[in-house]
Amino acid sequence: MNGVVAEITYRAMLGRKRIWLLVLLPLALVVIAALIGMIGGADERTAVLLMKTFAIGTMLPLLGLIAGTGVIAPEIEDGTIIHLLAKPISRPVIVLTKFVVAASLIAVFAGVSTYAAAYLLARGDSGVANGFALGAVVGAIAYAAVFLLLGVVTRHAVTVGVIYALVWEGVVGGYVPGARKFSIQQWAQTVADHVSSSAFFKADVSLGFALPAMLIVTVGALVWAGQRLRSLSLTGDD
Amino acid sequence: MTTTTSPVTTRQGVIELAQVSRWYGNVVAVNDVTMTIGPGVTGLLGPNGAGKSTLLHMMAGFLAPSSGTATLDGRQIWHNHDIYRLIGLVPEKEAVYGFLTGWQFVLSAARLHGLDAPGEAALRALDLVEMTDAKDRRIETYSKGMRQRVKVAAALVHDPQVLLLDEPFNGMDPRQRLHLMDLVRRMGEAGRTILFSSHILEEVERVAQHIEVLVAGRHAASGDYREIRRRMTDRPHLFRVRSSDDRRLAAALIADPSSAAVSLGPQGLEIQAVDFPRFTALLPRIARDLDVHLWQVSPTDEDLESVFAYLISGSSR
Repeated sequence: MNGVVAEITYRAMLGRKRIWLLVLLPLALVVIAALIGMIGGADERTAVLLMKTFAIGTMLPLLGLIAGTGVIAPEIEDGTIIHLLAKPISRPVIVLTKFVVAASLIAVFAGVSTYAAAYLLARGDSGVANGFALGAVVGAIAYAAVFLLLGVVTRHAVTVGVIYALVWEGVVGGYVPGARKFSIQQWAQTVADHVSSSAFFKADVSLGFALPAMLIVTVGALVWAGQRLRSLSLTGDD
Repeated sequence: MTTTTSPVTTRQGVIELAQVSRWYGNVVAVNDVTMTIGPGVTGLLGPNGAGKSTLLHMMAGFLAPSSGTATLDGRQIWHNHDIYRLIGLVPEKEAVYGFLTGWQFVLSAARLHGLDAPGEAALRALDLVEMTDAKDRRIETYSKGMRQRVKVAAALVHDPQVLLLDEPFNGMDPRQRLHLMDLVRRMGEAGRTILFSSHILEEVERVAQHIEVLVAGRHAASGDYREIRRRMTDRPHLFRVRSSDDRRLAAALIADPSSAAVSLGPQGLEIQAVDFPRFTALLPRIARDLDVHLWQVSPTDEDLESVFAYLISGSSR
């Protein structure tokens, strides 16, 4: 970890208009939950449904994409990253620091809003709020690492990330049960299911698979990203 | 396996490129360049597209040579982040963190270097580039020249032995340009190794004692700026001249050894001058003596490309 790198990255992510990218979806989640509560639809079943489809199924991957790529891809694109790289700091340390910033941002924005929305709908019933909030936090860690890696290896990180989240996790995972095993979203649900005792919800992937898989993916993505950043080349305009 | 120890030298900050090439796919950007850059100011001169940035990036550790080696004081530059304790880099790209103030930007550089007194170092660097007054403004409000200076301050904050600047004078107004030139010159005199790239001969000449010329990826010439300048002015010049009596003028010019060939055409005279200073002094004198009016005297190959092309042909001889 490098404090200066973290400070600059937090400022870049939270400064001025950028923060709205991170605030918008969590805000929408809480507002939807509040509206459902106002029309009298608040119950545990609705809470689980909203958490599965929107909080974990939509908001978490998108926040992951915004923060995971956002901590490094724009800097590589416009060349400002040179300020950090032309210093006696090892590149893997820079990657690790950027990862911590991204993961913490996703975890806080996704975790807090998920807890708040679930609590509005189900209160403390069956540990739904606790479960999904923890699932969001754990998912945040894996998404941050994977999307950070995308930001380092390709200039089309956002496109590739959207395709992964929507096509693989969303569509393929929806029809092909086997694909769910290799989906961060499903791993997050597994964690949620493990904490929650709700009868309306059963995760498809076992905890025994999800946790090691998540660990391997996170560490692997970070190591790879560190190696790629070590060999980052600048091509001249001339 | 044998290990070789590099000879012990007291000189510091010596960049050595040994048979360095860099290609992208089938395109060769830098072709078998060997050069040594030592203390003092060196200008890397070449037309746009000559591979100056590619070469500079290899010296700065932001590009691996496809073949050959790039070292600083005998230590490999690529994949060696510790080398940045010795190097300060001013990239050509204008982009800097616009949301930081100049002070925060330079201070962050000092802290990233892990300096003992980062605040003092940052103030000193900002003072060196005369940015103290504007240091509390956000960088996004700066002019291009101010951004350039704040980048120089950030690159100098750890007092590096080597300073690499990629087209540093681009986009600066004349006053800022003179100031930065003066700064670069003084740092060179203080014994630092400074290398900057430029495609403008006059710019390089004003600052650098030593010039390396790169043309089409090849190392075309190397030497003292006077030497380079002489070779550039000594080359055969082609002039087009129109006058009131071309034929009489032609006869008088060809009688003098400063002209190698004179041809008479409907567009006037084309003269190949082989002794530039002598020819330029001779022409008006002859015209006056013969009472011939000169209507047009124009050099036809004064563009930089042809100057460089001549230098390459000269160096391969």
